[in-house]
Amino acid sequence: MNQPRTLSILNGRLIDPANKVDASLDLHILDGKIHALGDAPADFKAEATIDASGQIVCPGLIDLSARLREPGEEHKATIASESMAAARGGITTLCCPPDTSPAIDTPAVVELIRRRAETSGRARILPIGALTKALGGEQLSEMAALQKAGCVALSNGLLPFGSTLIERRAMEYATTFGITTFLHPEEPHLRNQGCAHEGAIASRLGLPGIPEAAETVAVARDLALAEQTSCKIHFRGISAGSAARMIRRAQYDKLPVSADVAAHQLHLTDADIVGFDSNCHVSPPLRTKEDRETLRSAIADGTIGAICSDHQPHEADAKEAPFPSTAPGISALETLLPLTLRLVEEKVLSLPDAIARLTSGPAQILGLPLGRLDIGRSADVCIIDPKRQWQLKAEEMLSCGHNTPFLGWEFSSQVTHTLLEGRLVYQETN
Amino acid sequence: MNAVAQTNNIQLDENGRLRHFLSIEGLSRELLTEILDQAESFAGVAERTVKKVPLLRGKIITNLFFETSTRTRTTFELAAKRLSADVLSLNISASSTSKGETLLDTLRNLEAMHCDMFVVRHADSGAAHFIAQHAAPHISIINAGDGRHAHPTQAMLDMFTIRRHKGDFSQLKVAIVGDIQHSRVARSQIQALNTLGTAEVRLISPRTLLPAHAESLGVQVYHDLQEGIRDVDVVIMLRLQRERMRGALLPSEHEYYQLYGLTEERLQAAKPDAIVMHPGPINRGVEMDSQVADGPRSVILQQVSHGIAVRMAVMSMAMRIQERG
Repeated sequence: MNQPRTLSILNGRLIDPANKVDASLDLHILDGKIHALGDAPADFKAEATIDASGQIVCPGLIDLSARLREPGEEHKATIASESMAAARGGITTLCCPPDTSPAIDTPAVVELIRRRAETSGRARILPIGALTKALGGEQLSEMAALQKAGCVALSNGLLPFGSTLIERRAMEYATTFGITTFLHPEEPHLRNQGCAHEGAIASRLGLPGIPEAAETVAVARDLALAEQTSCKIHFRGISAGSAARMIRRAQYDKLPVSADVAAHQLHLTDADIVGFDSNCHVSPPLRTKEDRETLRSAIADGTIGAICSDHQPHEADAKEAPFPSTAPGISALETLLPLTLRLVEEKVLSLPDAIARLTSGPAQILGLPLGRLDIGRSADVCIIDPKRQWQLKAEEMLSCGHNTPFLGWEFSSQVTHTLLEGRLVYQETN
Repeated sequence: MNAVAQTNNIQLDENGRLRHFLSIEGLSRELLTEILDQAESFAGVAERTVKKVPLLRGKIITNLFFETSTRTRTTFELAAKRLSADVLSLNISASSTSKGETLLDTLRNLEAMHCDMFVVRHADSGAAHFIAQHAAPHISIINAGDGRHAHPTQAMLDMFTIRRHKGDFSQLKVAIVGDIQHSRVARSQIQALNTLGTAEVRLISPRTLLPAHAESLGVQVYHDLQEGIRDVDVVIMLRLQRERMRGALLPSEHEYYQLYGLTEERLQAAKPDAIVMHPGPINRGVEMDSQVADGPRSVILQQVSHGIAVRMAVMSMAMRIQERG
């Protein structure tokens, strides 16, 4: 398909939270870059146009955590398949955690991912490197080399450090290069064998519980280490309301700390596991309604700067077992935007704020000039029809993983076009 | 509570009759009473010279035990045989799963052998629900214990024993003592006692052996044994597993027995006609003194024989649906 050099998106409602723009403006693209907003320059001739009347035009979404399963778990998904699902979800930038097989702990693995992403060409993939070799929690990874190879942050995935001393050193060494560390706030001993929020529902179902303290103890420890080391830390996937409150306090004290939450945590609670539905088996676990309300207010006031998919596609077998024996996680790229916009319908967020949590918010956490419609920047654009009823159906999902508790949910907005660097990478067909 | 109804609907057919027996939750008092009445009619079978009724002749019942058990498996086998069914007992932990076969594969293989009912024990909470959701529609599932979740036939045999001794539940105070947190028996007993309208259900246990938000289960919580068994009609002791000491849940068996071991002396606080129960096997000198276990108030061995009648009742009721279906 020949890409036009020039493209105009006309008559849309342009929402660009980073530039505080919410207005009816045309958007003009030249050679993959944003060329002009509003009236086209006199010398500009659009080879192609998209009529976005009644639609929302916003920056392409940035997802801070999406497991693409490649390399190592191609039976679950591939970079090619998941990039298509991302494009359908309006996501143009995906950050992939280091817990691939092998882990992203050498420039070679970064290079492999980069090439696969290039071949697929439907999403920008930003690898998150490993903080320790093979995520073993003992020996530091070659952080400078990983940064040079293109890792935008470093993390130990879902695995713990061998000791608090090693965590401290990893954070300190990362600070040398100004790298942000993504931390999974979970104290493994307190988690124990748990698979559900420790509360009335897990007690009734006899499911081993994960106490809130498994998260808050880790958050407290990591905040203390951030203060000690001045390392920029980002809490990946908050589930407990009390953890959100601790982060709010730390931000007030000017600690360099940010946080995100998975979209499902803003909609589901532990009441949803009552039928032992393994699609509701997630880590961290779904917590109480009170936690959900606190997370929603932390998203509204910006304590939690980003909503992410925490996409974890699985093959059917991984979820076909009794609840505790199933793999946790949701295939979530295609519901990130609809679930976030549902928060607008439920009066949790304004529309510009909702879009900010998916664009400028995550960009700010990464410290990258993405998620904004500046003149001269890469034209990553998402066009949304805000009045399109649809239902999530497994057979219509583009992700290889169909593991989602949202099957059958009705949504009222739909991505119609996704552009990556000015190229159309998704267009709704019906 | 839509979700709750949904979970348990799976146990009932469209007419509200028993199809699977997975947990007490969601079953009505009428249905539990029907099970107890049916069990009462089977209790006499054991006293006959020919200990069989021909209700399930030609049916194949498979005991699928993913966790080892002697007592429960044996009473299920006996119950099935007294109903004239053919019985197959499989100890799966030792065979299929160790070869990498998934639970669903095991299930499909047994379905292909034309089994009519699976009696399932599994270490995962929710395993019986999972199997009921995935088994062919003509197969009934009986939960013989799933993780910490439920052990509904044990709870019903306990209710049967209580009813035989005490009659009406609405006047009763029942205390359950010990490791509630890890006990599927306790969870099912609490639900059965509450469904049958028991006046007061008490849990007596140290904090480490109580589930989170225990009161939400519909019980009164006590930490002191003396206080907790005051004026109760029934004392149910739970088995204490040795590994609780390793998990730092308890300091020692010695301290546990000092605080929660049932002795004749402590039992004085209960009503004079109180009965003492235990799902077995008993750790003598840990949960209770031998004097109590073998004493006049102990109904522990009756529980075992009642187990057969109750399991016959549940099996025949779940299969009756099949006949019609």
